Amino acid sequence: MARWPRGAASPKRGEGVTTEALQAAAARPANTGHSGTLLEVQDLHIHFPTDDGLVKAVDGLTFTVDRGRTLGIVGESGSGKSVTSLGILGLHRGSSARITGEIWLDGENLVAASADRVRQLRGSKMAMIFQDPLSALHPYYTVGQQISEAYLIHNQVGKKAALQHAIDLLNRVGIPQPATRVNDYPHQFSGGMRQRAMIAMALSCDPELLIADEPTTALDVTVQAQILDLISDLQAEYGSAVIIITHDLGVVAELADDVLVMYAGRSAEYGTAEDIFGRPAHPYAWGLLGSMPRLSAARTERLMPIKGTPPSLINVPPGCPFHPRCGYTALTNGRSSTEVPELREVASGHLVACHLSASQQRQIWAEQIKVNL
Amino acid sequence: MITFIIRRLIATVFLLVVVSMITFAIFFLVPRLAGQNSYQLATQYVGRNPTPAAVHDVEAKLGFNDPFYVQYGRFLKAIVFGAHYNNGPSSTYCPPPCFGYSFRTSQPVWPQMMSDAPVTLSIAAGAAVLWLVGGVSIGVLSALRKGSVFDRFSMGTALAGVSLPIFFTGLIALELFSYKWPIFPNVQFVPLTQNPLLWARNLVLPWIVLAFLYAALYARLTRAGMLETMGEDYIRTARAKGLPERTVIVKHGLRAALTPIVTIFGMDLGLLLGGAILTEVTFSMQGLGNFTIQAINNQDLPEIMGVTLLAAFFIVIANLVVDVLYAVVDPRVRY
Repeated sequence: MARWPRGAASPKRGEGVTTEALQAAAARPANTGHSGTLLEVQDLHIHFPTDDGLVKAVDGLTFTVDRGRTLGIVGESGSGKSVTSLGILGLHRGSSARITGEIWLDGENLVAASADRVRQLRGSKMAMIFQDPLSALHPYYTVGQQISEAYLIHNQVGKKAALQHAIDLLNRVGIPQPATRVNDYPHQFSGGMRQRAMIAMALSCDPELLIADEPTTALDVTVQAQILDLISDLQAEYGSAVIIITHDLGVVAELADDVLVMYAGRSAEYGTAEDIFGRPAHPYAWGLLGSMPRLSAARTERLMPIKGTPPSLINVPPGCPFHPRCGYTALTNGRSSTEVPELREVASGHLVACHLSASQQRQIWAEQIKVNL
Repeated sequence: MITFIIRRLIATVFLLVVVSMITFAIFFLVPRLAGQNSYQLATQYVGRNPTPAAVHDVEAKLGFNDPFYVQYGRFLKAIVFGAHYNNGPSSTYCPPPCFGYSFRTSQPVWPQMMSDAPVTLSIAAGAAVLWLVGGVSIGVLSALRKGSVFDRFSMGTALAGVSLPIFFTGLIALELFSYKWPIFPNVQFVPLTQNPLLWARNLVLPWIVLAFLYAALYARLTRAGMLETMGEDYIRTARAKGLPERTVIVKHGLRAALTPIVTIFGMDLGLLLGGAILTEVTFSMQGLGNFTIQAINNQDLPEIMGVTLLAAFFIVIANLVVDVLYAVVDPRVRY
């Protein structure tokens, strides 16, 4: 798998993303060594009926993840990233959520599958790393008990073997003295170690799909880099498909092969990392790139925030959900506020949901956006 | 863990000494500060219409003129080592723990309390098992089926249970199940050692009536705790591991929700052991609760002191047990 060298060239999150990192991401060749599609999400809708109205948290989402590849899902808070990931794992079952569409995992439609079947797949074939490892780990059980729990459920092994497996996993994720630390409780671990333990837990059954939901947000910056390196090393080792959910474009630039930009529960732009960072076509993607700090920028230069706030998911604006915040609506003859833009292919594998024509997008990117970044 | 227990034990002994000081001060120091003199105190210890000489005699014999720390020391010594009382020609020995002699019966206080304690213990222990099992399971089911008919019904019943006093539910229960339909006729205390079957049968009504009150409280607590815990991130993690829902609820949810319940359970049980007053009076059972009532009605100072200290002892011990249990349940508490 083509990756730029770790270490010196790797950007440090929190210090902004280096231009080199973006160029590296843009120049990264499309990965051709994969062995087929593992996850295919087709027209997924996840709606929550509430007293205030129907919350359309995910509204018609389509994407695929191939084995050995990493998909980065980016978007602001409330854009439906986490709801999507929980939906894939079937963790909305039992709540009031209404889920329609298809989620194909290795030839099985998880939306139509029985709750028990999805439960069996959870933790074994697909696993998840959560955001805040302190609250996501049970305070009353040792790290070893929690790691071996999933292994015990999904495999016919004894407790001793499961504990040994947990020690091996802790060793693999870089916990020193795993044989003694396995008996520690989560509160005895540091933040970075907890996230490593969380990763060990997710890996315990060798999952084919690993979903990391903002795995580094609760960690300090130096630990963030270590955790991201660990995830990408493990992916290379296990060959699993990874979905990394984040609002940090730096993380995506470093890890992702493909990128899905979500806005208001829909996909705004979807393509390879090269597409999204090298020739982004959606005004929202431009906004995200413009609001990101860069080391190469002069200190006096101010960031360009996207004006406005994300829309309410109960009353999504008519037409393009981004149009109230978009600076280019004048170019679409009013279609922005009346017509929902379809996801169009502007180049092979590069899809954009925008009324601007492909040539307009290219022109604005090259003449107005890129030069100011 | 062992040092933790030892530290708590030392603290408990210290606490008991403080409790004895406060109790002593309440009954001997406060009346004196309020203007009562040692002669008036001594009058309580002699019979009706005593001669002043007899009162002075008792005042001197019991040392009511001594400084307070001497009196407190004598009081504490009697509890730990027993005491000799000089009756003139002869002397009586009151074995430890000696709380003195009852005004009412002229008997030592401690043996009387010990003969009443099994009644209270029987009532409290049986009811505790009932309310803990019943309250917690109803609370868990209610939380899992929040908003269902079962939840509404059980929470409504729980509200009734918390609101209705024992002397009301107790009398209703007696009227219905002892008199109208004599399923449990002739409810009176029979020692466990004498006839275990009859012991249990006669205690069923007091158990249910007492447990109803507490179970209602515990059901509400458990429900609230479960609702909170089941929304925690670690429950989502447990589900993400693919654990069966039953394991998620019991092993991950209930385990965490039970911690505050354990604390309250210990305190409630400790409090009850000092006397289940309303239940004992309602069912006419001679336990520590009834003992307390009679002691207060007769202004029987040694009895009141004795039962106060015994109740305090139960609460302090319950506190100790809760602290140790808490450390077992929640690893974050161990230090």
